[in-house]
Amino acid sequence: MAVSPAGPAAVELPATARAALARPSAVTVLGRFIRKKPLGAAGGFIMIVITLTAIFANVVETHDPIATDAAQTLSRPSAEHWLGADHLGRDVYSRVVHGARVSLIVGIASTVLGSFFGGIIGLLSGYIGGKTDLITQRVLDILQGLPLLVLAMVMSAALGASIQNVVIAISVPIIPRAARVIRASVLSIREMQYVEAARAVGARHLRIAFRHILPNTIGPFIVLMTAQLGSAILVEATLSFLGLGVPEPYPSWGRMLSVSAAEYAQKAPHLVLFPGFAISLAVFGSNLLGDALRDTLDPRLRGA
Amino acid sequence: MKTYLFQRLGIAVLTLFGMSVVIFLLLRLAPGDIVDILFSTGGYVSDADRTEIMKELGIDKPLTVQYMEWIRNFLRGDLGKSYRYDQPAWDVIRPLIPVTLELAVLSTLVAVFLGVPTGVISAIRQDTPLDYVLRVFSLAGLAMPAFWLGMVIILGLVSYLRWIPPVTYVSPRENLWLHAVQFGLPALAVGYRSSALIMRITRSALLEVMREDYIRTAWAKGQSERIVIWRHALQNAILPVVTVIGIEFAFLIGGLVVTENVFNLPGVARFLVQAILWRDYPIVQNLVMFIAVVVILSNLFVDMLYGFLDPRVRVGG
Repeated sequence: MAVSPAGPAAVELPATARAALARPSAVTVLGRFIRKKPLGAAGGFIMIVITLTAIFANVVETHDPIATDAAQTLSRPSAEHWLGADHLGRDVYSRVVHGARVSLIVGIASTVLGSFFGGIIGLLSGYIGGKTDLITQRVLDILQGLPLLVLAMVMSAALGASIQNVVIAISVPIIPRAARVIRASVLSIREMQYVEAARAVGARHLRIAFRHILPNTIGPFIVLMTAQLGSAILVEATLSFLGLGVPEPYPSWGRMLSVSAAEYAQKAPHLVLFPGFAISLAVFGSNLLGDALRDTLDPRLRGA
Repeated sequence: MKTYLFQRLGIAVLTLFGMSVVIFLLLRLAPGDIVDILFSTGGYVSDADRTEIMKELGIDKPLTVQYMEWIRNFLRGDLGKSYRYDQPAWDVIRPLIPVTLELAVLSTLVAVFLGVPTGVISAIRQDTPLDYVLRVFSLAGLAMPAFWLGMVIILGLVSYLRWIPPVTYVSPRENLWLHAVQFGLPALAVGYRSSALIMRITRSALLEVMREDYIRTAWAKGQSERIVIWRHALQNAILPVVTVIGIEFAFLIGGLVVTENVFNLPGVARFLVQAILWRDYPIVQNLVMFIAVVVILSNLFVDMLYGFLDPRVRVGG
């Protein structure tokens, strides 16, 4: 059945209807998001600031983050050292700024990696169904049976401390969580009529899975990633705090809080306070943003 | 209900088995063997010594044999020998279990008593300033690492009250008050974080139930707010809350890992961290299995609680 090219286009729509049908510009969408979700917008703003800090850490730093200065040991916040100095005389402000880099790189990399593999597994498991699905689910149960932190701890210890290994250790526990979310959304999309239509015209399974189903899981996928980002940042901080995460000399927020800070906490409370604020702010921002995105992109979960 | 439980039990056993394989392989696949790591600080180890040690530890045998031996011992309740203390691991762990259990239960209590009421209030005052304040309060709880909150609490006590919490474990028989404080503070730090999730789920579950017809009927009958909320609505909203409490219990054990360290409490979680740092792998794999068993048992318990709380599950089987 061929539709004549002049068919639907020939109808002249009134200007208001055309405006309503037109795709809203990015600015309009953003404006609406800020108006409707002020908390989410605040979260987004926090994340943008932290991201810019991470990118331009070399510009906004006031000192070399790993240069020690014996004269400044444990000095209080001052004009010279905005957030004070640590037990080796290193500038806390510059270290916090550089810590944003480590936190974001590890957080984003592990979230993307875990969600990517989890997403693929969830897509195939949900699409193929049957025994494959059942077995996959049981295997994911195994990975999910341990507290995220315990699994990440054991993996990080087994692999050895390095940035790549921390990323792997955090991303593996994310895989089952991502797979669950994507699978659930694939299960409902699979039954849609347009998928049936694609099958009817003879599309191959792989094409249906990746061209017709996958793009429609993008909403839950984004929601999942923002939700996991906060917990990935938190796990990285915890691992580094325990000495199982990002090794020295990289300034990592968790590492800054570890033993040395606890030891000098009484003399120099700024060593405990500021890196912790930084972690909390980053996780707070990504949680706020994640909640708002979830409400916007995935109405079924609204208010959850 | 019975078949349902048996099914759950079967899955639990399968999960545990799979987990044992994963943990076993994970620790064996790690670069460098235990001897390398153990003695890297001790300088050169001659090849003869190395073979000797490997034989003593039983890691010269094929992986499958090692695995079978481990499982056989684990099932018999033999958790192996700690390198560090040179005594059976079970003897080391046993006194630590009550500490972790007490902390876990206390934290859960804090989480429930903080999370459920705030969730209910937030739901019935939806979109009022009070709702926003409570939601930000809970989001803040989710954002702060429990171990950092613990450090800040200690710091606050030290700087403002000039009081240093006990640095070593105080048994309840010794000094009940100090013991309560010693456990109360970390329970507060860990429980606050868990309460945030419980608050959120209580709020959303209650909001959903409040839109149901029977709630409108209850209002229409002129029943008081107290009865409608606490009797009618909460009873049906409680199921997802129970699930989250169950899931949280597992997460909580993860959270305790660091909190026990910060507060210097001699619990299983702190011991696990130390075992990992000492590369005491036989202990690590046994402790992780132990945690897995606790997590899976708590999940099973939640499943059983379902049947008790929700007759639909009971009848449906």
